Amino acid sequence: MNGLLARWLLAGEWRIHPVRTAVAMGAIALGVALGFAIHLINAAAFNEFTAAVKSVSGLSDLQVRGPQATLDEALFPRLVEYRGVALASPVLELDAALPGRQGTLKILGIDAFRAGAIAPDLLGVPAQDRGYDMLMDDAIFLSPAAMEWLKVGAGDKLTLQVSTGAGDVTLRVAGGLVRARPGQRIAVMDIAAAQWRFNRLGRLSRIELKLEAGIDRVAFRAQLRQAFGDALVVTETEDQEARSNNMSRAYRVNLNVLALVALFTGAFLVFSTQALSVIRRRQQFALLRVMGATRSQLLAQVLVEGALLGVAGSLLGLLLGYGMAAAALRAFGGDLGGGYFPGVQPSVQFQPVAALVFFLAGAGISVLGSASPAWEAARARPAPALKAGSEDVALSRLARPWPALLCLALGALLTQLPPVGGLPIFGYVAVALLLIGGIALMPRCAAWLFGATSRLGRGAVGTLALARLANAPNQASIALGGVLSSFALMVAMAIMVSSFRISVDDWLRHLLPADLYLRSAAAGDAGALGPNEQRRIEAVPGVLRADFQRVTQLTLDAAQPSVALIARPIDAADPGRMLPLTGDTVDATQLPAGARPIWVSEAMVDLYGYQRGATVMLPLAAGSTAGRQLFVVAGVWRDYARQSGAIQMRLADYQALSGDTGVNDAALWLKPGSTPAQVSAGLRALPFGASLELSEPGDIRALSLRIFDRSFAVTYLLEAVAIIIGLFGIAATFSAQTMARAREFGMLRHIGVTRRQVLAMLATEGGLLTAAGIAVGFLLGWCISLILVFIVNPQSFHWTMQLHMPWGTLAAVAAALLVSAALTALLAGRQAVSGDAVRAVREDW
Amino acid sequence: MWKAWLCAVFMLLTCGARAAPPAFAVVSPDTALAFPRDFGAHPDYRTEWWYATGWLDTPDGKPLGFQVTFFRAATEHDRANPSEFAPGQLIIAHAALSDPADGRLLHDQKAARAGFGLAYAKTGDTDVRLERWHFRRGADGAYQARVEGAEFTLDLVLTPTQPLMLQGERGFSRKGARPEQASHYYSEPHLKVTGSVSRRGKPATVTGSAWLDHEWSSTILDKDAQGWDWTGVNLDDGAALMAFRIRGKDGRTLYAHAALRDPAGSVTHYPQEQIAFTPVRLWRSPRTNASYPVQMDIRTGDTNWTLTPLQDDQELDSRTSTGSVYWEGAVTVSRNGQTAGRGYLELTGYLKALKF
Repeated sequence: MNGLLARWLLAGEWRIHPVRTAVAMGAIALGVALGFAIHLINAAAFNEFTAAVKSVSGLSDLQVRGPQATLDEALFPRLVEYRGVALASPVLELDAALPGRQGTLKILGIDAFRAGAIAPDLLGVPAQDRGYDMLMDDAIFLSPAAMEWLKVGAGDKLTLQVSTGAGDVTLRVAGGLVRARPGQRIAVMDIAAAQWRFNRLGRLSRIELKLEAGIDRVAFRAQLRQAFGDALVVTETEDQEARSNNMSRAYRVNLNVLALVALFTGAFLVFSTQALSVIRRRQQFALLRVMGATRSQLLAQVLVEGALLGVAGSLLGLLLGYGMAAAALRAFGGDLGGGYFPGVQPSVQFQPVAALVFFLAGAGISVLGSASPAWEAARARPAPALKAGSEDVALSRLARPWPALLCLALGALLTQLPPVGGLPIFGYVAVALLLIGGIALMPRCAAWLFGATSRLGRGAVGTLALARLANAPNQASIALGGVLSSFALMVAMAIMVSSFRISVDDWLRHLLPADLYLRSAAAGDAGALGPNEQRRIEAVPGVLRADFQRVTQLTLDAAQPSVALIARPIDAADPGRMLPLTGDTVDATQLPAGARPIWVSEAMVDLYGYQRGATVMLPLAAGSTAGRQLFVVAGVWRDYARQSGAIQMRLADYQALSGDTGVNDAALWLKPGSTPAQVSAGLRALPFGASLELSEPGDIRALSLRIFDRSFAVTYLLEAVAIIIGLFGIAATFSAQTMARAREFGMLRHIGVTRRQVLAMLATEGGLLTAAGIAVGFLLGWCISLILVFIVNPQSFHWTMQLHMPWGTLAAVAAALLVSAALTALLAGRQAVSGDAVRAVREDW
Repeated sequence: MWKAWLCAVFMLLTCGARAAPPAFAVVSPDTALAFPRDFGAHPDYRTEWWYATGWLDTPDGKPLGFQVTFFRAATEHDRANPSEFAPGQLIIAHAALSDPADGRLLHDQKAARAGFGLAYAKTGDTDVRLERWHFRRGADGAYQARVEGAEFTLDLVLTPTQPLMLQGERGFSRKGARPEQASHYYSEPHLKVTGSVSRRGKPATVTGSAWLDHEWSSTILDKDAQGWDWTGVNLDDGAALMAFRIRGKDGRTLYAHAALRDPAGSVTHYPQEQIAFTPVRLWRSPRTNASYPVQMDIRTGDTNWTLTPLQDDQELDSRTSTGSVYWEGAVTVSRNGQTAGRGYLELTGYLKALKF
């Protein structure tokens, strides 16, 4: 077969069925575009975030922190004089609240003399004649993005809220940080002024170290560990990158898998398009064989057709993906609503390697989709193929049940395997195997299902439709496969999201039993309410009881994000009243002597091995003395807020061990007869009332669920795309089939079947097929949702949830699918039966 | 003395920065200097420096020039701030080594806020530290100077051989027409130097002769001052010469003073009208494009002194760090055409765009 003939065959096929070709190409393009866009967005956000982290840490070799949020400044001179340290730069980092604004401003207190040599980007640029502003106790320097955000310029006053008894702090904007990253909202001030103004005397957040030339970092870290023990946590800048990468990785991979789902659906569309086109051209190909074309030429012809679809679709997808990434970054920022990269403003950059990978994936998968039809076209014997009515035989090889059953069994087996590198790889493979197995088993299911029901067919139309479906199961199954795959994925996603959402809602109800909640407005470690403030809050009229809560950070592993430490009154005898526990608890009376109970989130079990009943040592120490305290993991609770881990302990234990009497939050129970509004007014009237954030549990719940929905917005989008691709698939398959059956309809018309009846038969077939697809798809989707809920989610995010079925949504989508499938079949049929019946039959020579 | 210039600029810059700046002590001719107290720091004054310059001889007989300066500056940061980091006092140090074989000045500098025992200027006796750099006076009156620069290390002992030389009126040294434009100022000429200089990790034993200035004040320069020229010379016969002039923005001399102590110890003070600084040869820096009168004639009374640099390029360009640029170099000195001694010459305010 020469090139001209190949081109002619191809062009002819595509000219006759432009819509079907376009849909297949579009599906591939959409899959590639989604995957590429997600990759680009994340890479841009991650790079920008890393650059921002780097600009703050500058050229430092190591960073030294305490196990808690701050460390004692007494360690600073020891590090300055430590052998091998060329330069040590102290940093006090604070998140200050701003009156009347959402969000906090990150303030870095630095020693300009030391930071200048390590992180010159952090040096403020004072006005021409005010060089000393860099050391002034009332001066603050803002990055351009922070100035724009706060609408202040040099010389303006800026009021920052901290609730440490110091009240509002008003500083003078002394200049800018010209070398801050675009979009990076930070402020810099003198470290002494920051310690004093924000009531953090004697505390540092971290110390950046530059080592002398020739000092081995690894050996030096080990030395520091020996010399300082648990008082210090030493990290490298790369550790920080790894931390932020780890944090968003699971989320990113999940999004990418959704994109792969779109690609998978696209591949299925290529398969069905090619399979049907091969069937329709069976006689054409047989004729070519008779005229001397070889098998391999036919094989190549069909494969090239598929590859061209894939190449065009992939190229289109790369273009589309780049555009989507640029638009999404502009509209939503870098984290797609996930909240992993705060305070940066990334811009999209084309990545050739990633583009190549996604291109090859798109092209490869469509070649794969045409492989089976191509093989079928090549191995058909010319003589029988020239006869009509052999189409279904051509597909019979696809109907063998064993490979499908093998896929299903393997998928079930893979669900039992642990995660790989913190990612639920085997879970995803199991989902893919279930889908492939389910679709491959479809012809057998269709034959069995419709064979069993064909005797129930009533009237000519019903009998005809059922007979057709039962006796040509392979063709039916291709249409069914499209419905099945999209509906199964839709069902799986819907069940997963609904399970998650309802679990989060239940969790919030459990967590928010009080009438009113207050939080000191400044986030982080700085915003503490001292004992005096606590007494005044308890004394506000209408307050029956106040449970205070201290939230701070613990670093247990330099390579992991820090863990939240929550200290609050917990009844050790009945912790379940306060905590959403997932299992039994260790009885309070059975604790080993000297050990105190802690309750850990599920992430702690996965990441640190804190099993229930385990004894652990935590670096909790008063002042600068290093020390580890003995604790027993008394129970495990569910935490949807912090995927890097959280520990709860009794407030009394925390205060006794750390000497820290400050708190950040309080839960207030009100006396009967007093309203939240009255008590809020009383709290606002306190001297530090302006810096308190007050909220009622209902508001917190609503806000949390809004954030939840926003972070799942991308998931909903992908789900919608999958359904649209599925519907396209149904339309394409049906129109292809009905056109291929033009002869059959012609014959039916000859023996007296009316046009109406033919159409009714088609609609019935479509409806029945879709109903079967929906039924099997539901079963398959339910199985997949089990994998998503019980394997993928716990393995990626370290939290478990209960299964909740969104019956309403599922029924609505099923009905919509059913109606649109029947309508599609009807529309396609109208076209097929409109032709000349006589000519249609005569073609069947 | 360039440090004073630096301070004066700081001072001008910070006027009105705060409603209630810390009150600094004011120099007065009635304040008599007392030792060892006045060897130590005077934190109530805005600025202070200990400034040692001199000539060294290496074992192979080649001459080197060196400069070690420790500088204390009080800031206007609120004194009520109890933070250990509070930058009430800053310690800045400069060190330089001049070797004609290098063709340029090797220099290094450091700056830090006083605190944590890492950086301080103690009262009572000379004891200044900036991490691994220090300058302190021992019980025997000898100074220990240690500097670890990026390109060189100085480890020197400076032992007095002559009594203190109180400058101006018993240590009250006027710098301008107005009475408050002055400093407390004494020198120690003819310090005997022993110790070692390391370059590229190779230490070399050195001996030599140095000059120490210690000066403190709160207000020194007139606002019309552009910079100043200063020299301190150890004369071979045991005499010591100090001379300076303050240049106005128009290039004219605003104020000048000179003192010559003869070997017997009697001091001659030269009034302004008997002093003249005359540039003989200019050298243009390829880095900053500033033009310095590296060869200078100074007339005091009927004596003519000619200052010839050890090498032309003794410019200290620290625009990337502290921002100051000046020329500070070892010079040989002849009196009326006869070789007479060795000293240091300082030239400040020659770069047009001074930035701080």
